[in-house]
Amino acid sequence: MTNNGRPRTLFEKVWDAHTVRDQSEDSPAVLYIDLHLVHEVTSPQAFSMLRERGLRVRRPDLTIGTMDHSTPTTPRNELGIIPVADAMAAKQLDTFTQNCGDFGIPMYALGDEHQGIVHVIGPEKGLTQPGMTIVCGDSHTSTHGAFGALAFGIGTSEVGHVLATQTLLQNKPKTMAVNVEGKLEEGVTAKDIILAIIARIGIGGGTGHVFEYRGEAIRGLSMEGRMTVCNMSIEGGARAGMIAPDDTTFEYISGRKYAPSSADWDAALADWGRLPTDDGAAYDQEITLRAEELIPMITYGTNPGMGMPITAAVPAPDEERDYNKKIALDKALAYMDLQPGQQLLGKPIDVVFIGSCTNSRISDLRQAAKFIEGRQVAESVRMMVVPGSQQVKRQAESEGLDAVFRAAGAEWREAGCSMCIAMNGDQLEPGQYAVSTSNRNFEGRQGKGGRTFLASPLTAAASAVAGVVSDPRAML
Amino acid sequence: MEKVKHIQGTIVAIPVNDIDTDQIIPARFLKVTDKDGLGKAAFCDWRYLDDGSTPNPDFILNNPAYAGASVLIAGNNFGCGSSREHAPWALIGAGFKAVISTEFADIFRNNALKNGLLPIIVDEETQEQLFSLADEDPSTSVSVDVDAQRLTLPDGRQIQFPLDGFSKYCLLNGVDQLGYLLNLDDEVRDYEARNPQRVATTA
Ligand code: SF4
Repeated sequence: MTNNGRPRTLFEKVWDAHTVRDQSEDSPAVLYIDLHLVHEVTSPQAFSMLRERGLRVRRPDLTIGTMDHSTPTTPRNELGIIPVADAMAAKQLDTFTQNCGDFGIPMYALGDEHQGIVHVIGPEKGLTQPGMTIVCGDSHTSTHGAFGALAFGIGTSEVGHVLATQTLLQNKPKTMAVNVEGKLEEGVTAKDIILAIIARIGIGGGTGHVFEYRGEAIRGLSMEGRMTVCNMSIEGGARAGMIAPDDTTFEYISGRKYAPSSADWDAALADWGRLPTDDGAAYDQEITLRAEELIPMITYGTNPGMGMPITAAVPAPDEERDYNKKIALDKALAYMDLQPGQQLLGKPIDVVFIGSCTNSRISDLRQAAKFIEGRQVAESVRMMVVPGSQQVKRQAESEGLDAVFRAAGAEWREAGCSMCIAMNGDQLEPGQYAVSTSNRNFEGRQGKGGRTFLASPLTAAASAVAGVVSDPRAML
Repeated sequence: MEKVKHIQGTIVAIPVNDIDTDQIIPARFLKVTDKDGLGKAAFCDWRYLDDGSTPNPDFILNNPAYAGASVLIAGNNFGCGSSREHAPWALIGAGFKAVISTEFADIFRNNALKNGLLPIIVDEETQEQLFSLADEDPSTSVSVDVDAQRLTLPDGRQIQFPLDGFSKYCLLNGVDQLGYLLNLDDEVRDYEARNPQRVATTA
């Protein structure tokens, strides 16, 4: 598919197909949005604005809501209800119910059989499809790019714009090809790929760009692995990350609730098949990693760019030539209470969190459960396993994974964002160390004073069993 | 949105790189359903001691000499992390009208502009100069001419900064983008007529 013969990238094709009005000297492009996901935390002020101006939601049929961020993940009571102890959170959830009801938006409430983290439910329902534009008031909307969609996070004002007009004003971003060539070794996962990419380019490295992940190692990932990679595009500064759709993508979508059926399916496949980047299309930037060179990754600092191979030593600020980086590293190591040159392997930990929109899907849980089976979580460690959605939870339970986690001494929780964001009761105590499969290790992100090591579900499971940061490859 | 044409105010510096939105406004304050009161929680975990209420005397925003500062000078890559618009709301609530850095995260920049908080990009040399000025003299004041895209330092030095034409137009005229988009209804209808919807969530 070329435009007047000019080869185009995947991103350009999706962008071009959605411009209601092209970008000009005077104004950004006006982009049509195919799917808008809303949740309780970043939407209330947008709905208020609609009310103030007497506006309706233009396309409730292109909008869907779920509760995830401020919801507790504690067990259901005898009535099958998940109680919300926090009054402010309860009010926010009530407001969301009211807003979705008043404006006609379908919504999955806390405890509903379809409820879950917004970036888990879109794909699992088949709502996320190649070539679409998808937005949500949440920066990890980049997750949906795994299907070859252009998906990015927006602020609350923009949530209002999309609710009212189904469009957004956007300046066209640049493109960066991120090639991951070769094959991953055993024990090395999608999470390690993306942590390695971010460690390489830094957390501002992709600012102003959309990533396209390419290469043999990316093609070899399952859809869930691809979602893990795209999820953390924003941690590299890029608002969106995309992967060209292929048979793996089509197979995943086929048969899901909102997937095209019968005759529509063939037409959709034909459309989707034209999306991959044309030969000869140019990117503004390009980087390449070799998959064989990767080993499990872990972060040591207070942003996701401060990551390293798990066998490496914490870097020394004194060896940092850039003054600003030296200061940042000093500050990070002070917060984390780590010494330059220290190994993280063997470092005692207090909590292991398996969950979040990065790593809470069924394959993540299967991988962790397989590792944990027949082993015990160390006495000193609290391990929480939080499925990304009610559907993932049911699937895991039908496979007996909940029993495996429980038998090992881990907590099996209800679906939600949980300890990824620490605004729902699940959080670290000040000073605690956690190995987390989530995506952010900012100061206080998992609870005030808490210290986060980001890693893969395998590394998290291995560390839970050993009670210290551990390399899963030695224990497979 | 109110018109933003000129900004004049004293500066305060937080010379930390990569200040993320979890530092600007921690997630536990996101349970609000309006925009009020977030100013008090801006930089909460740096501003208060462990009890969450005693001001940390070492944190610059608690230094009375800097009270009333309306221009924040920050380290590189300001506003990375989440999409929460609560970050600019909190900064505005805390009295800021502009933030100066060498680089802003994309979503933060968009959110800030929509609320009339001006993100000003300068080079590292200017940033360093501003850090020193703020440190040496808390009464240091700068002025900003939005139309001319010009920042004027106390010594009279003038620095141009980038600002896309559309954002500038919106700031100068107090135009909010929603009004602009609502006016395009016919074009959106045409688009919808040509492009069948991909999914129907109400189905
Ligand atoms: S799991 Fe974490 S990163 Fe993902 S949507 Fe929830 S809070 Fe955001």
